[in-house]
Amino acid sequence: MASEEPLFDPSLKKRKKKQVAFSEDPLGADADPTTPAPAIIDSTTANGDAVDMGPTTMHEQMMQNGFTGEGAEDAVEEKKEDDEFKAMFGDLKKKKKKKDIPMDLPEDNSGTATPTTVPAASEDLDFSDLKKKKKSTKKKAALDMEAFEKELQVAKTKDADEEEGGEEGIPLEGDETELGDDPFTRGETTINIDAGSEPWLGSDRDYTYEELLHRFYVQLHASNPALLNSTGKRYTIAPPQLLREGNKKTVFANVSDICKRMHRQPEHVIQYMFAEMGTTGSVDGSGRLVIRGRFQQKQIEHVLRRYIVEYVTCKTCKSPDTLLTKENRIFFMSCESCGSRRSVAPIKTGFQAQVGRRSKNKTG
Amino acid sequence: MSVQNLNTFDPFADEGDPLGASADVGTQQNYIHIRIQQRNGRKTLTTLQGLPKEYDAKKLLKAFKKEFACNGTLVEDEEAGQVIQLQGDQRIKISNFLVEEGVAKNSIKIHGF
Repeated sequence: MASEEPLFDPSLKKRKKKQVAFSEDPLGADADPTTPAPAIIDSTTANGDAVDMGPTTMHEQMMQNGFTGEGAEDAVEEKKEDDEFKAMFGDLKKKKKKKDIPMDLPEDNSGTATPTTVPAASEDLDFSDLKKKKKSTKKKAALDMEAFEKELQVAKTKDADEEEGGEEGIPLEGDETELGDDPFTRGETTINIDAGSEPWLGSDRDYTYEELLHRFYVQLHASNPALLNSTGKRYTIAPPQLLREGNKKTVFANVSDICKRMHRQPEHVIQYMFAEMGTTGSVDGSGRLVIRGRFQQKQIEHVLRRYIVEYVTCKTCKSPDTLLTKENRIFFMSCESCGSRRSVAPIKTGFQAQVGRRSKNKTG
Repeated sequence: MSVQNLNTFDPFADEGDPLGASADVGTQQNYIHIRIQQRNGRKTLTTLQGLPKEYDAKKLLKAFKKEFACNGTLVEDEEAGQVIQLQGDQRIKISNFLVEEGVAKNSIKIHGF
């Protein structure tokens, strides 16, 4: 692999990985703005594992396969990450993960130098309940072990790239099959991407749309390399800090911080959270939110993600740089970066079932 | 006498008012809302609101109860109309059930944590 990567540069690679975590197509072509986002979310996070949908757009395929300087295994890795974090939620999660666990996936290159205990330790962290996450760390551990054994046998040093190449060749025994077969199927979809060298260029036949589209993206990326790397800056939000107050209340400590980060009124966020979670609560003296009911960080995070998808990110350009204004009782969200403007659904508390004692409730 | 050429021609004349059809911009569409509510301990309650008229809520409730092995009831609400209440977190199951029965998936909204 290393031989065909004259342009390989560790820093470039790292940057690229980060960019992959967005999983946001700059054209926004993969997300249908008309469908409500939570559907996607549920398919990825609710049961813990992501649904592999394959590359949806040509652009994405290019993003995965298109780095001429890097080998196919990169594309594979990217692909997986991309799938995992296709939804907006997913990439937030990823973000947070990265922030919390500095020695995680991004350090793939460090290879054998990383002690196997490190990924194992990271499994204990908050987000370990994500199945995907666990798998990846497991895989990494297995990979490290494998590499280590290999090293013992062959007794020669390998650079990081060769090791990654080995990952593809060796079937990982300890892993689930779904993980194992992923890289192989993906390898076949790799597109030859040398600009101007398409075999059909010389022929007389009618060019297919796919071919032309592909050519367009090749040339686009060839002339603007920045497009691949700078699809936007990351949108990070601190993970919600939850404390239990007594037995029945949960304190959401950094709600104001998060609202500030999202540029939204805390009232709006809180109203949404209460409506979504079907509960009530209040803000205490130090700006913390006291929620009735027991909630876990994961659950609050889920709700916040939905809020972000619904009320923070621009549906057109996916930029979080938006303003929410109220005009004639309707909230409008205008995007600062692309100028689009749309109305957002009002927050509505639905039917609230009667829980608890009836005597407390006068109407019931 | 009028000059025909100078009349302004509106190419969208027969399209009507673009916002006329969707006068309820910003209001809730006819979504089916599936919500969850916490009860005491780790018990929960699932509510199904906004069921289209063509479905018989009573029969649906019976099917739900049998399928999900949980109890449930039909609640009349002056705002929401008929609401199906089920014991436990049945949100995903309800959604799957409805989709299998031919309800459009994007008309179902699952709320909650």
